[in-house]
Amino acid sequence: MTVATCSGGPPVIAVLDYGIGNLRSAEKALQHLGADARLVTDPDQAVVAAGMVLPGVGAFGRCAQALRHSGLVKSVHHALARGTPFLGVCVGLQLLYEGSDEAPGVEGLGALGGVVRALAPGVKRPQMQWNRLQRRPGRTSALLAGTGESPWVYFVHSFAPEDGAEVSATCHYGGEVVAAVERDRLWGTQFHPEKSGAVGLAMLANFVAAVAAVAGASASPSA
Amino acid sequence: MRCIRVIPCLDVDAGRVVKGVQFAGLVDAGDPVELAARYDAEGADELVFLDITASVDARRTMVEVVARTAEQVFIPFTVGGGVGDVDAARALLRAGADKVSLNTAALAHPNLVARLAGEFGAQCVVVAIDARRRAGAGARWDVYSHGGRRPAGRDALAWAEQAAALGAGEILLTSMDRDGTRSGYDLELTRAVAGTVAVPVVASGGVGSLEHLVQGARQGDADAVLAASIFHRGEHTLAEAKAYMADHGVPVRPVGPAG
Repeated sequence: MTVATCSGGPPVIAVLDYGIGNLRSAEKALQHLGADARLVTDPDQAVVAAGMVLPGVGAFGRCAQALRHSGLVKSVHHALARGTPFLGVCVGLQLLYEGSDEAPGVEGLGALGGVVRALAPGVKRPQMQWNRLQRRPGRTSALLAGTGESPWVYFVHSFAPEDGAEVSATCHYGGEVVAAVERDRLWGTQFHPEKSGAVGLAMLANFVAAVAAVAGASASPSA
Repeated sequence: MRCIRVIPCLDVDAGRVVKGVQFAGLVDAGDPVELAARYDAEGADELVFLDITASVDARRTMVEVVARTAEQVFIPFTVGGGVGDVDAARALLRAGADKVSLNTAALAHPNLVARLAGEFGAQCVVVAIDARRRAGAGARWDVYSHGGRRPAGRDALAWAEQAAALGAGEILLTSMDRDGTRSGYDLELTRAVAGTVAVPVVASGGVGSLEHLVQGARQGDADAVLAASIFHRGEHTLAEAKAYMADHGVPVRPVGPAG
């Protein structure tokens, strides 16, 4: 097994590749920021990474099934239990909940309480557009740090998680829609930071910095 | 809140942008990646690459363009033109395209739409419809395939409805009557399709002024407005387009730092 934090290089961020759509965007955006981001299919490689990104596009049921089939579910649970900086994007965020109305009977990972619900009736689905975030009053967010009060980000989704204590930002689309969550080092976005231009890259840079900080702290006790 | 997307469209032939794009300060105005990055920086909400390459061999070039674009452009982009089967779509998506746009192949094999939506998700499957008003038939439009050269024997509204039912996540609707005329979108067509399908509709064909973009959103009820020449020729910047739209009551993502 290779060691994730090689001396001199940036820590490895595993972008979990479980056989669904476009994962290249997240990988390329992180690499653009100087991170050592790699598409990872092997659970053993995933588990030693200093940071983990769970992307996801398409249907909840199919993604949940593909993730289980890949054997990477254990790596996700392990990373979350250990406090590895973690970022779920779009359906990758939804998978962290207990389930989704999109796929009744299919279990999510249950790392976050609540289920994923359909967007309000009367609006076009998917929400496929840029929208502006509304910060949750009183909440600080390391993910959103330095991106302004109401940054514009790109959404493509028909479902979104239920509101909860972990929510750091919402957007308005036929009602208040959960857009970003943060609980310690578990971060998630219903929008696509890798497709949200400069402001999205700034958010991913916050994630890369968090990964570096945690990897640095765990690598330096001997110093 | 609904926010209208503004989408520049680039025609690409064998890996090079054609139809003369004019941009000050570009090293090479024919490089699609350089242009895409420029439009991203200027505030485009999304981009469409239309591959007009005739040769099958040269199509591989488009995958390379997509891969290079994905390294430098961090807004969504769609690739269309000649996507004929699941493998071609997969190659483009794996290279980093966010959506693939199907036209002739979807008409020939409607099930291809369903297969792609099943494998990659509806959000990355666009069905492009080239429509022409049926002479003497009022508000009826016929669908054309093969780059507008062959009648497909279908009604545009019925095909849009079927495509959405099969799993298309978006309809890219081009009026052949208006394309290249700079006289504005076919607003009646746009409005009719937008009222027929529940998925987003991108208006295309005919933009010659910023007012046309406003019309596409307000009278056409489009979710996104696509244009080529007004941006390529340097007649208007994305910032001007969005400022004009906002001034005329169309919600858009403002250009510039977080607004």
